[in-house]
Amino acid sequence: MDLIVFLVFAGVAVVAAINVVVQRHPISSAVSLIAVMGSLAVLYLLLGAEFIAAAQVIVYAGAVMVLFVFVIMLLNAGGETKAGRSFVASRLGVPVLVALLALLAFFTACIYPHDTQVHFGGFRGGTAEAVGRALFTTYLLPFEITSILILIAIVGAIVLARKELE
Amino acid sequence: MTGHVPLSWFLMLSAVLFSLGVAGFIFRRNIITMFMSIELILNAVNLTFITFAYQRQQVAGHLFAFFVMVVAAAEAAVGLAIILTVFKNRGTLNIDDLDSMKN
Repeated sequence: MDLIVFLVFAGVAVVAAINVVVQRHPISSAVSLIAVMGSLAVLYLLLGAEFIAAAQVIVYAGAVMVLFVFVIMLLNAGGETKAGRSFVASRLGVPVLVALLALLAFFTACIYPHDTQVHFGGFRGGTAEAVGRALFTTYLLPFEITSILILIAIVGAIVLARKELE
Repeated sequence: MTGHVPLSWFLMLSAVLFSLGVAGFIFRRNIITMFMSIELILNAVNLTFITFAYQRQQVAGHLFAFFVMVVAAAEAAVGLAIILTVFKNRGTLNIDDLDSMKN
């Protein structure tokens, strides 16, 4: 059962990720990216990360992607024209990427010759309670710094958008 | 077959998504699509964090994924504001045309 869930949603994630890269129009890429994020949220649930799965759907698939779609619709720049690509990118791009992927797979296989078997319910420490407890005790300082970061981001976004209005 | 999933399959999936994100960042010329490729890369890294949290049976990996999410949200807000400003000033999203800092 877990295997079927993994295979289905991993397949959806990979196909949608390929679609993100291949599609010409940004809005198609954005919708595909929402599919990637949704299927990743299911995989997080499988790994016992309830809180992060919920945050993934709300923050990423909700807030961030709505912002992306909003900007794409606002600018309405149309599809990408097929521009002349640089020689290095067109000739070396795919081999370098395949090499990167093979290297990552090789190291994964080396580090984990005997796999941990993942099954649903194998890790129960990812509840909102456990995450919140760790967040407000051990990781309190990073959490507070994060709030300052968000404040800076808000101020920066307002300044940039205001300049654009003038 | 017990129906359980090997842990390394999650890491493989993460590697595939990461590579696709890098491919999008290299090959696409639209600045918004490149930005979305970065989000794809960050998601792949998050999956790795959650996978290792499962293996170590510790919640710390979830917190790192949480912080990555927060930083990505802040980055998206500022980045898209910059893209809006660039488009208003230049009227293009093609990164090949945005080379005024070259000279």
